[in-house]
Amino acid sequence: MGSVLCFSWGWGNAFETVYFESKNEIDAQVIDLIDQKGRATVAESNVPAIELIGVSKSFGPVQANKDIDLVVGKGSIHGIIGENGAGKSTLMSILYGFYHADSGTIKIDDKTTTIPDSKSAIAQGIGMVHQHFMLVDPFTVLENVILGAEGGALLKDGVANARRELKRLADEYDMTIDPDAVVGELPVGLQQRVEILKALYRGADILILDEPTGVLTPSEADHLFRILRVLRDQGKTVLLITHKLREIMDVTDTVSVMRRGEMVASRKTAQTSMEELAELMVGRSVLLEVDKPEVEVGKPLLKVEGLNVRDDRGVMRVKDVSFEVRAGEVLGIAGVSGNGQSELLAALSGITRAESGKMELSGESLDLSAAHNAAEMRTKGMSHVPEDRHRMGLVNKFAEYENSILGYHREPKYSKGMFLNKDAIRKEAKERIEKYDIRPPTTEMTAAKFSGGNQQKIVLAREIECNPDVLLIGQPTRGVDIGAIEYIHNRIMDMRAQGKAVLLVSVELEEIRSLSDRIIVMFDGNVVGERGPEATEQDLGLLMAGVNQEAAE
Amino acid sequence: MSKGQLPRWVDYGVLPALNLLAAFIISGLVVVVIGEDPFEAVKWLVWGALGYGEGIGYTLYYATNFIFTGLAVAVAFHAGLFNIGGEGQAYVGGLGIALVCLAMDRFVPWWVTFPFAIIGGAVFGAAWAFIPGYLQAKRGSHIVITTIMFNFIASALMVYLLSNILIPQGTMSPSSRNFEAGGQLPLLRNVFTSFDFGQSPVNLAFFLALAVCVVVWLLIWHTKLGYEIRSFGANPDAAAYAGISPVRITVVTMLISGALAGLMGINVVMGEQTRLLLDFAGGAGFVGIAVALMGRGHPIGIILASMLFGLLYQGGAELAFEIPTISRDMIVVIQALVILFAGALEHMFRPAVVAFFDRFSSSTAEA
Repeated sequence: MGSVLCFSWGWGNAFETVYFESKNEIDAQVIDLIDQKGRATVAESNVPAIELIGVSKSFGPVQANKDIDLVVGKGSIHGIIGENGAGKSTLMSILYGFYHADSGTIKIDDKTTTIPDSKSAIAQGIGMVHQHFMLVDPFTVLENVILGAEGGALLKDGVANARRELKRLADEYDMTIDPDAVVGELPVGLQQRVEILKALYRGADILILDEPTGVLTPSEADHLFRILRVLRDQGKTVLLITHKLREIMDVTDTVSVMRRGEMVASRKTAQTSMEELAELMVGRSVLLEVDKPEVEVGKPLLKVEGLNVRDDRGVMRVKDVSFEVRAGEVLGIAGVSGNGQSELLAALSGITRAESGKMELSGESLDLSAAHNAAEMRTKGMSHVPEDRHRMGLVNKFAEYENSILGYHREPKYSKGMFLNKDAIRKEAKERIEKYDIRPPTTEMTAAKFSGGNQQKIVLAREIECNPDVLLIGQPTRGVDIGAIEYIHNRIMDMRAQGKAVLLVSVELEEIRSLSDRIIVMFDGNVVGERGPEATEQDLGLLMAGVNQEAAE
Repeated sequence: MSKGQLPRWVDYGVLPALNLLAAFIISGLVVVVIGEDPFEAVKWLVWGALGYGEGIGYTLYYATNFIFTGLAVAVAFHAGLFNIGGEGQAYVGGLGIALVCLAMDRFVPWWVTFPFAIIGGAVFGAAWAFIPGYLQAKRGSHIVITTIMFNFIASALMVYLLSNILIPQGTMSPSSRNFEAGGQLPLLRNVFTSFDFGQSPVNLAFFLALAVCVVVWLLIWHTKLGYEIRSFGANPDAAAYAGISPVRITVVTMLISGALAGLMGINVVMGEQTRLLLDFAGGAGFVGIAVALMGRGHPIGIILASMLFGLLYQGGAELAFEIPTISRDMIVVIQALVILFAGALEHMFRPAVVAFFDRFSSSTAEA
């Protein structure tokens, strides 16, 4: 703690001053407005909290933000929606002082300002809740909240003040939390609450949330939205960045759509629809439904029995999971990420060793608690598109053609004596680039430089073209643009039509429902239910949240 | 071209040149501070290393050492392993070479001994690297720590062996006996008699070093093993996903790395000294780290970086001789500055160069 104190006590005081000034001001204003005209007026109040005029930012030749105009009304929830890479995060980073705009004007509360760094953003009342929390796990809630704003060289006074302040904030915004709980032991939803409290403690009037629901269960997300509404009703301005249409429709007052670095439209949420927003995001109508022809289901190609997996820390992550996938069938595994799906995939693909469990692969029985490796599973006809292509599926430093043989590099067709047959590898990589329309069509560029969708196509081409019996595929469209999503979904359907067994893990319910023949839901390592593709989102959502309906009924 | 990407010729040519220039400017200032003319110093440095046959010979001789140790560090680096133990591995490798030479030199000509000496050096060096490699792979002991420690163990072991077992009876100096002609590698001055190498000890090991560069290049970029080593180094998770055993790659890479370091003794023990003597590695194992960093892990880069350090070693000695106020310690300072700028501060100029090229490429894109 000592070192933390030393470098930060200097600006702790500044926060407090700012906090109290702006806080009182806002309270007065908000109460005034609410008393006179009620909430709607607050949301549509004439003074914009943020106004951006002609903001541009480029990284070298890449223009991330082009001439952005944006008006965010004070006391409203404003959604910013767009595909990955549309420039949402860059824009927010400009607002929070991580980047500097090349040109354009930023106005906060109708006053032109500059935001050179995040310290200045905080001083101007802007708080940010990052997608990946910036919390110190072994610290308590209180310690995390005051971190960087301790208010003095000695902790004692700061802590006492903070405790009082935290209590006030918790009461005011309905965000009860035990200030002495250790953050690392809290569920994700509460950790996020700590992040929000941190921002409020620093006097934030404008709260930016970057993809806040990615890690939450549906019920945690609902709770978050309730909190956001309370914040809005108390006069705070909320900027919600997401690529999930449903959230936008649920919680925002106004919404702005970004596409390829440009702000293409702003709408009142009440006057728009999911279809219109989706169309604005991609610039054309998207077929959300996938063609799923009738396929004759054959014998089981993958059978898993009694699988238990423990992680490095000794925590049981997969508990007694059994299922089978038949030829010509897609089995979807739904669940909020972190409920054992990743460990399940790692154990099945031979990357990690299971505690116990048996697998039958193409008729051959394997003991998963014995040592296996991924190469062995591949030779037995299982291929695997991993959940995280950057961490696992690709070596980012390698050229495209080198990545096109990862895991298959031992195959005789790729070698010439003791050397790799680079001509053959390049030739095959070229064919796949054409077949899968990978852009730019080059075998020599490093994987890191391809866009997300094209990276995923490189992995997909590699894992499908080896003609496996069983395909494990995790988060096939995470961080992939909509055009590529459609393509990837069609490839999965092709595999199914060819009589392969596909195990699909995804956190996107929409994707699971439109691709799967059967859906099982994982919660806390257990399979908590099985449904058909006709299951409603609420039904699946409850299962994902660990609410066992059958038990409840 | 996306942000932060540089053309290869900039990454591999301009940046090292800039680093080197910065090192020399600072060194020049140091020379000015002690009241000497930096241009005079550079003149003596370059002349001493390249100006005459014997100087060139010494430069190549030092460079040979650095090529071996540089390759050793580079191979490990490709697997994401930081092998600091090149010094100890070279030292113990020298023992293997000496044992082969001591056993064979009286019975066969040098060219029969030579391949066995190569095997001896490689096996002993590899064996010394095996233990840290195995401990890292199986027990998770950090390889940086264990290889450093093994340098000390090697040093103590060699002192014991040289002063108690290998020392010929009746001598006071802790070294083995001199090898006979069958254990001596021909010196280049005796092979290429038309070129005047003076009394320099550069020998056939120089060509062995160049050949080993080719072997390493083939190994790393053109074999399955090299592919696996690079995969494991660049992304261990992806390697596990590809079914590449981390234990196997860690151990095999360390064996190769140790073997390369062990070959350094061919140059010193079998080439120059024709005997095993105390502390013959003389820090070349550590210079290898800087060489590998500056050479970007590529054999061509390593050859160039080795030449540079060979030049600094030889030219530095000459400079200390010609301008006595620039002492031997000053030369070490200059070498340290080069290591500092080329290794530790490798990325200092990168942002500026990237910005320059981004502006350059965007202006051409607009035009």
